[in-house]
Amino acid sequence: MTEAAIAAPVVGRSLWGDAWARLKANRAAMVSLCYLVLMGVVCVAGPWFVPHDYTTIYSDYVRTPPSVSPYPKADMIEGALNDVLKRMRVDLKEWKQEDSRVVITVASTRPIDERYLRYVDRSDTFDDAKVENTSPDGLEMTFSAAVKQQYFLFGTDNVGRDLLSRTLVAGRISLAIGLLAGVVAVIIGVLYGSTAGFMGGKVDEVMMRIVDVLYSLPFIFFVIMLVVFFGRNFVLMFLAVGAVLWLDMARIVRGQALSIRRQEYVQAAEALGVGPRGILLRHVIPNLLGPVVIYMTLLVPQVIILESFLSFLGLGVQEPMTSWGVLISTGAKNIGSANWMLLFPAFFLVSTLFALNFVGDGLRDALDPKDR
Amino acid sequence: MSSRETILDVKDLKVRFRTLDGTVEAVKGINIHVGAGETVAVVGESGSGKSQTMMAAMRLLASNGEASGTVDYRGRNLLALGKSELNTVRGSKISMIFQEPMTSLDPLYTIGNQLMEPMRRHRGLSAAEAHEEALRLLRLVHIPDPERRMKSYPYEMSGGQRQRVMIAMALANDPDILIADEPTTALDVTIQAQILTLLAELQQKFGMAIIFITHDLGIVRRFADRVYVMRSGEVVEEGATEAIFTHPRHDYTKMLLAAEPTGRKEPPPPGAPILLEGRNVEVTFRIGGGFLAGDPMLLHAVDRISIRLKRRQTIGIVGESGSGKSTLGRALLKLLPSEGVIRFDDRDISDADRQTMRPLRRELQLVFQDPFGSLSPRMTVGQVVTEGLLVHEPGLSARQRDQRAVAALHEVGLDPNARNRYPHEFSGGQRQRIAIARAMILKPKVVVLDEPTSALDRSVQKQIVELLRQLQADHGLSYLFISHDLSVVRAMADYIIVMRQGRIVEEGPTEAIFDHPQDAYTQTLMAAAIDSSRFRASA
Repeated sequence: MTEAAIAAPVVGRSLWGDAWARLKANRAAMVSLCYLVLMGVVCVAGPWFVPHDYTTIYSDYVRTPPSVSPYPKADMIEGALNDVLKRMRVDLKEWKQEDSRVVITVASTRPIDERYLRYVDRSDTFDDAKVENTSPDGLEMTFSAAVKQQYFLFGTDNVGRDLLSRTLVAGRISLAIGLLAGVVAVIIGVLYGSTAGFMGGKVDEVMMRIVDVLYSLPFIFFVIMLVVFFGRNFVLMFLAVGAVLWLDMARIVRGQALSIRRQEYVQAAEALGVGPRGILLRHVIPNLLGPVVIYMTLLVPQVIILESFLSFLGLGVQEPMTSWGVLISTGAKNIGSANWMLLFPAFFLVSTLFALNFVGDGLRDALDPKDR
Repeated sequence: MSSRETILDVKDLKVRFRTLDGTVEAVKGINIHVGAGETVAVVGESGSGKSQTMMAAMRLLASNGEASGTVDYRGRNLLALGKSELNTVRGSKISMIFQEPMTSLDPLYTIGNQLMEPMRRHRGLSAAEAHEEALRLLRLVHIPDPERRMKSYPYEMSGGQRQRVMIAMALANDPDILIADEPTTALDVTIQAQILTLLAELQQKFGMAIIFITHDLGIVRRFADRVYVMRSGEVVEEGATEAIFTHPRHDYTKMLLAAEPTGRKEPPPPGAPILLEGRNVEVTFRIGGGFLAGDPMLLHAVDRISIRLKRRQTIGIVGESGSGKSTLGRALLKLLPSEGVIRFDDRDISDADRQTMRPLRRELQLVFQDPFGSLSPRMTVGQVVTEGLLVHEPGLSARQRDQRAVAALHEVGLDPNARNRYPHEFSGGQRQRIAIARAMILKPKVVVLDEPTSALDRSVQKQIVELLRQLQADHGLSYLFISHDLSVVRAMADYIIVMRQGRIVEEGPTEAIFDHPQDAYTQTLMAAAIDSSRFRASA
């Protein structure tokens, strides 16, 4: 054998490579995958670019409908102005708008203190109040203030928080929970299931009976108990949810491991003298990853829905933190007066679940290409 | 033959499959015609497109396949018929039997149900009439005790009986043409002979045409009137059976006819040391039983067998499926728990556990039958071949291992440049070479070869047999060669053990067993095998 030949062996195409090629040929799955990546990027990075913080309350803009043009609208200025002047305890004599500023003349029975203008600055509508002119007796004052331009693309919720930033932050939480609980379920399930399937015999019997016992516990009751137990720390709680959802995974993996253990290549490895650890790591686990990946894509939406359900019941994440489930829950309560509060989070949740299911479906076809 | 009316005429048939790597042309425009009552054989090795030709004609292609050309059955083009019209021909006028009788029957229904259902559906028979008809069919295919068998489930029957049921189902509508796709490949030799006799008898009785798709030239010579030899989607030669066998024109046909493994193995010198010895080896499987299930049934898969393998010797273990030959091989390697004494290299390893066996594993290697199942699909060939080195020579660097892999692949006649490829990218014969390289890289003393050639085409079999002999000569190996194929065993082994139901029925030097079999069972076995290989004498 020449050195050149040793140096340049042909690179083969692995089964994973094949699966990837088949997945790429599946347009629905690829579109969904791109959508999921986009959703992830938007939810993670988006809140830094949205001008509003998800906790800021704009009391002037409670339940403002979504709009692509900036607030305040022309007819809203007067209402906001009246609110401010009421707090300043002065009467409005006249006001007019000049470009982006308003010029206001007010009167009172007592001399007007300049410091009253703070009320103007504190308002969500006006900013940068300046005294233009004060009458000699101090009972009348003319001042100007800038009108703050605010965008609420998704509208605001029922206490006046920007729904766009809240939806994105909620997406962070929901996706993180889905991944976190999914990963926990996969790790426990794969380790437990493959050990049971690979060891077989009595060990397998005992391990799977334990799973059966856990299965028979009422699930929602169990989760509620854990929530009470872990004091609503959401990371801990969803570790716990993952720790419940691994049961399915363990069963699937055990079945796979049982059949892989009987494959000739495992027997061949045994004949080579490879120990149980080597067989488990080199032969059993790589060959059962296919079904695991598929199941994981189906598990993530399951967890997201579960979280939504718990949040809907009021057992999920706590204010001001939020998740899609929480937003949908409050949106549902305000469906008559502010339907956007339901529509936007619901669209995000549903489209993400759709995409996840399409990807799962595509993966199943790609990894298990039996002619159908 | 020209007096026969042509009932099936395949013209310019092409079959294409759309795959990720583009379109693959499996059948490249072939012409086949079949006369009434004629037996036509389509012969070729795996991948020659012989099965796909018939699948296309019956419109049974996989969903990514498409066929073009014409398949004319009594004036109707099957490729252009509508679904309902097609079903009046398919399954009634042209019926098929497949290779795998295990999977062709629905495990959830009794044999009687499966036979009666289509009769009642298609021919409108009453339950009683269908029952009578099903019984008649079962008698026709010589199923013993047909009344009782009507109530049996497929798993209760042997492979041969299942294949008989399949034939009965195919005959239900009195077909014109019976397409038999490797009908005997999955069966033992003695059963094979019975099924073939049955088919011949039925053909005489009903006068239907039979299309035999097979790789086994023995069957062809015995049964077919005419032969089509296929290779990579083309018919390379066609003609009357005798003409093809006596005067093959195409090189490929000649190669197929000469693909019988030849040569004999010389016995080891008389003073050769005994390397692996088993005394009264017994393997018992417990079936069923356990908690609440009562006492298990005991199955003596290997029943007190003694065997002595000398250095440089090859012992052939012959027997039909279920005879315990593979179990014996694994028990001797301590891969299965067994009773009795097993000695290797003057060491008693009867009670050796995993740990004690591990260092010995490199000297005792195993090669499996199925080259598709015995290589892990997620590892590259290089990783597969060097896995043993990880265990037995953990000190080697990755580069050293790579060099050993190159040497091992080179030795078994594979291009070492392909070592980063994955097993599924290789053909059956190449995969078997990889499996052999995996065993040889450890420089073993004893190799148990468990049907290493059964899943391979004849021409490839011959190459593998030659490779194994070469390796034996080069490295002074001892083989335990397990096989049901007597011609391969004859070429490989110098000593033969015939097994049946876990026991040795006869043993002795190869020539003695082949020329003067003493036991009645051995004689049947030899007769069945020689029957199907008779043609080779004249080829």
